[in-house]
Amino acid sequence: MMNKNQYPVTPSSGRPYWNPYLAGILLGLILFLAFLFTGNGLGASGGLNRMLVYVQAAFFPEHVNTTAYLTAMAGGNANPLLSWIVFMVLGALTGGFVSGWINGRVKVETNKGPNISVRNRWAFAFIGGALMGYGARLARGCTSGQALSGGATLSVGSWAFMLAVFAGAYLLAYSFRKIWN
Amino acid sequence: MTNFPLNVVSELGPYLGYFVYALLGFFFGFILESAGFGNSRKLAAQFYFKELTVFKVMFTAIIVAMVLIFLASALGLLDYKLIWVNPTYLWPGIIGGLIMGVGFIVGGFCPGTSLVAAATLKLDGLFFVAGAFFGIFVFGETVDFFNIFFNSSDFGRITLPDIFGLSYGTVVVLIVLMALMMFLGAEWLEQAMNKGQFSKPAKWRVPAAFVLLSLAVLTMATGQPSLSSRWQWIAAEQQSRIDNREIFASPLEVASLQRDKQIRVELLDVRSESDFNFFHIRDAKHTAIEDLQQLADALIALPANTLTIIASNDEMTATEVWKKLRAASVPNLYVLRGGVNGWIEQFSLNDFAAQSKNPNYTNEKPAYLFEQALGERHPMAGPNLANYKLDFDGVVKMEIKRAPAGGGCG
Repeated sequence: MMNKNQYPVTPSSGRPYWNPYLAGILLGLILFLAFLFTGNGLGASGGLNRMLVYVQAAFFPEHVNTTAYLTAMAGGNANPLLSWIVFMVLGALTGGFVSGWINGRVKVETNKGPNISVRNRWAFAFIGGALMGYGARLARGCTSGQALSGGATLSVGSWAFMLAVFAGAYLLAYSFRKIWN
Repeated sequence: MTNFPLNVVSELGPYLGYFVYALLGFFFGFILESAGFGNSRKLAAQFYFKELTVFKVMFTAIIVAMVLIFLASALGLLDYKLIWVNPTYLWPGIIGGLIMGVGFIVGGFCPGTSLVAAATLKLDGLFFVAGAFFGIFVFGETVDFFNIFFNSSDFGRITLPDIFGLSYGTVVVLIVLMALMMFLGAEWLEQAMNKGQFSKPAKWRVPAAFVLLSLAVLTMATGQPSLSSRWQWIAAEQQSRIDNREIFASPLEVASLQRDKQIRVELLDVRSESDFNFFHIRDAKHTAIEDLQQLADALIALPANTLTIIASNDEMTATEVWKKLRAASVPNLYVLRGGVNGWIEQFSLNDFAAQSKNPNYTNEKPAYLFEQALGERHPMAGPNLANYKLDFDGVVKMEIKRAPAGGGCG
């Protein structure tokens, strides 16, 4: 078992992670290429949204057709999966897996602080995910779609959003320290 | 002519187009995983100041992309007006951001990073993704209850240079400087929080920072292109369209397009307000032409099936406005052939045109005089097309916008 109190955090198996500045430069290049070739930035949560609506539309088409927010994506015969962001999400899943695989970091494990049980960590991960999903749709984008893409194009709303995310996390970091430390 | 951005799906077809997005996503995921963002402990350490990797990666990516975007725009390679800038819905964004911040510290991921965590079989990542689906589901089911808030404080496409009254180049340089300072602070903090045990940062980061800062200064020095210089880039190609009269739509064509339910005609009347009050074409909007930059932004934001027609008394003023708006990348843009004078000539009723000639007519003045200011209540404003033979040669060709109509998180 790795040393839980050693920073920077290292992977429990496989090669070490990249230098953060190198990762940032490459991520910035991809973000720029995304704008250059497509006019869009990067994104993730919208793709999850469309996958979910696809399932909803398959089982409850009537409900989808009468809920304005869902109708916009999947009303009538519209296929919510035919959107750039769905393909981007599929690409990201593949890219993440390939990177983990060739570097020996694909491994069934649960990352957590030393003072929390695995089961509680899963519960908190689910709750945090739910809050993230809800907030990301309310804010019209997640860390990638708003903060990265909107930050680089200098959108006022995206910068306000970014500050709000960091503020929310730092405000409650102390209350939830048991999960991580 | 600025060649980028492309609209890959309409230019390469759906298969290849979506493949480009998948490829971008692939590198996106690859980099996130390689940075260690599949590991929730690494992400959460950010909020206990133990390790500021999240901040470093995110801000490096933002400033690198930002400098390249605005440098490419300054050099005329990329059209900033045609790329997606997240519209600002201030309060929903801030509240959503706060909720996400809480989700971040509780769950340990954001949506993008949870994907690579799940892909590398981190169980906490899988639970997080399941939770994210649940949260998105609940949002879709509840948003109807607070639609007014969800669509409130809508400022549209507003940017930091707009609100600070600075040039884009200046803001780019300031943000790069701010980020570099904060990186220094972050490195100091990491050493302090880990009692000097934190691994030393790589030496090459200093020259890399200088390169980026120089590019930012170059961006500022070059400046973002003005509408006149943008016109110079496209003049060769576009002037011939003017000379071949390909941009002039006849009154009959405009009138029939106004009745076409599939097209949204935006008819801009750029004459003086008094001319407008005496007579104008039905649904024409009196439009001030002092700030064409702002007008262009508003027109680009309209739906993709928008057709913009510019009308002055004759053609000269409208053509000048056309050049500027064309240079600003407004799509589907045409001029009313013969202007409003030509419209009256075409749709004159009861010998109006013969009897009401303006004796003092000169170019770009009203050629006909009205006894009352009837505006669009005059019958000529919305002629009954059943009385006319629609044998015009159409010039309007609707093109798909180069930039996608939606972006961000789609």
